[in-house]
Amino acid sequence: MSALLWIAAGLVGMFAVAWAGRWAGQKATGNAPRFRDMPLAVAFGYVAAVVALVGVLIGYVNAYSADPAIANKYFFLWVAVNGLVIFGIAGWLFRLLGRSVGSAATRKLFRQMPLTASFGILVIILYAILAIFAGVIAPYGQSEILGAANVIPGGNPAVGGDPAYPLGTDQIGRDILSRLIYGAQNTVGIAFVTTLIAFVLGGTFGFIAALVGGWVDQLLSRMVDVLMAIPSLIFSLLLMTIASVWADGEKGLLTLYMILIIAVIDSTRVFRLARAVGSGIVVMDYIEAARLRGEGIRWIMFREILPNATAPLLAEFGLRFCFVFLTIASLSFLGVGIQPPLADWGTMVRDLAPFINFAAFAPLVATAPLMAAGAIALLTVAVNFVVDWMLHKSSGLKE
Amino acid sequence: MRSVQLIILQRLGLGLLTLLVVSMVIFIAVNSLPGDFAQAILGQGATPEAVEAIRQQIGLDKPPVTRYFEWLGGAVTGDMGVSFAQANFASNFGSTSNTGVTVVDQIAPRLANTMFLAGVTALIAVPLAVTLGILAALYRNSVFDKAANIFTLSSISSPEFFVAYILILLLAVLNPIFPSLSNIFNDMPFDARLKATMLPALTLTLVVTAHMMRMTRAAIINLLASPYIEMARLKGMSPLRVIVTHALPNALAPIINVIALNLAYLITGVVVVEVVFVYPGIGQLFVDSVKIRDIPVVQACCLIFAAAYILLNLTADILSILSNPRLRHPK
Repeated sequence: MSALLWIAAGLVGMFAVAWAGRWAGQKATGNAPRFRDMPLAVAFGYVAAVVALVGVLIGYVNAYSADPAIANKYFFLWVAVNGLVIFGIAGWLFRLLGRSVGSAATRKLFRQMPLTASFGILVIILYAILAIFAGVIAPYGQSEILGAANVIPGGNPAVGGDPAYPLGTDQIGRDILSRLIYGAQNTVGIAFVTTLIAFVLGGTFGFIAALVGGWVDQLLSRMVDVLMAIPSLIFSLLLMTIASVWADGEKGLLTLYMILIIAVIDSTRVFRLARAVGSGIVVMDYIEAARLRGEGIRWIMFREILPNATAPLLAEFGLRFCFVFLTIASLSFLGVGIQPPLADWGTMVRDLAPFINFAAFAPLVATAPLMAAGAIALLTVAVNFVVDWMLHKSSGLKE
Repeated sequence: MRSVQLIILQRLGLGLLTLLVVSMVIFIAVNSLPGDFAQAILGQGATPEAVEAIRQQIGLDKPPVTRYFEWLGGAVTGDMGVSFAQANFASNFGSTSNTGVTVVDQIAPRLANTMFLAGVTALIAVPLAVTLGILAALYRNSVFDKAANIFTLSSISSPEFFVAYILILLLAVLNPIFPSLSNIFNDMPFDARLKATMLPALTLTLVVTAHMMRMTRAAIINLLASPYIEMARLKGMSPLRVIVTHALPNALAPIINVIALNLAYLITGVVVVEVVFVYPGIGQLFVDSVKIRDIPVVQACCLIFAAAYILLNLTADILSILSNPRLRHPK
């Protein structure tokens, strides 16, 4: 109860400071419009922002003065602030690089790019490199069981770390860093392939529905309606149950089924978009001209419609990839997705999750599950930032 | 007025039809399993006689169409059969009649728990999202708007379990305010129950609020270019009044739509979140049943999820028709 009283007192105090600050501003600037027209809520917003910043700063300094290996509440704040600053600087440097090298067109692109988008592109490139060269970069194999189990992340021998395993090892002694890197290959690779299949399926049928129309369109659209009426995670869990009976313990086969199941479920969303975009294009004069020329349906689909539908489909590809990636991660987290010997971020989160309870007295231990979950979040956030920027750019900057 | 009723009736009929087709899809999917349920109940070492007995008992010897209608009829009257785990348990202990715990007995209390969780989430998330959305529209392109944009984009795109573990870390482990495991039992006092539900509800709130807030902001900003907003501004109204009394009523349809859609989204989000917090809801039961391939429970849960999803989408549809004055008062 006293905590609530303290919070209420703090809010009242902040309002008082906001009012006083606005009044002081009015006096100091001779009633400049900036202060004269400022609502109290906005002044309060400024005060709240300052209070939040100061709070973070105090936590940061507290964490910095203490040894991060021992019990310290502010350790995670310290990590988060450092991560944010480092990523921000990296994104800024990357944008600077993009502005000064490359052709005139890419330089112009980078000049107009917000920091979030350049950060997103940088992260995507890094993940792509990790995924492609995982075998070369990772110090150990993904399912290689090494000598020591439960090595603490950080590589500091004084608190139970080992420089040979910079991010520690898990309960049965597999190197977490290597598994994270291989996870990029497995999780991202599988999600990418799944999205590609979903696009080929959904795009083709969507264009066919738009182009042919009539009963074909009706049939396809109603089928898609039914498939979309079941929540996608629920439907994929149901189908995975069936697939696990079919696969009968064969893990490779089960992964293949998972790819197909998610691809089909997600292709319904692609179908909707492709059909909507396609039916806008089909009524154009150049399609009419192509038809009169006697072109076949394949020519019209891939040479006439597809090039004109690239922009919305590309943005959709980014979003769809995020959804597919999150679905696969969730399925793996629930234990029915990518199967154990393969390193995968969702499974890693589930396996390492109990470590989070050590956060109060051994913060380094608790970082293990958060790293895998953070790896998922970082990629989806990055893709979303880029897609958001692309959509904003193509929408012609509304108010 | 008549035309509105007609449209609503049409939508209701369409919803029912969709539900019927969905139940067919679920039934066909489950029945495409190789082997059969009887074998699954009894396991590998069952004698052919025992398998045959179980087949007779649960009616597997009938043709699929008959079974579908029996299942559907049972589902409508609230009889979903007996779960394999329970049937297996009963057969191991020599009981031949399936008078044990039925699927409905298993699901009912958990469904109530899930409804409670969704209700708490909605109570926190909806007012928060609409307020924040209005504020972001009011102070668009300010630092607040940009920070909110980055924050909401991040929380939309993070997986639910990431948000959940961050909240556990902050609010359960580092600052022990709420319990990290939701231990809910039947006759729990309301405040204890609320406290145990708080972390899962906050996780879902974070995920759902972000989306609702972005949509509210977009819906209001879309309207700000209209002439009547210009007029209100030229009259000298304050920006807050322009938005609340002029823009908001017209943005109501998309906002209601987004709220209903997000409540529908809660249905899928609830599965992962319940597993993280070991919350005894229907999502947890669903995942457990998927893992042990308990088909009757999986089927029943799937049907419930689909029904709730369709119902919420239908509500969104109908409410957005009702909130449109042009449809309510046709000339």
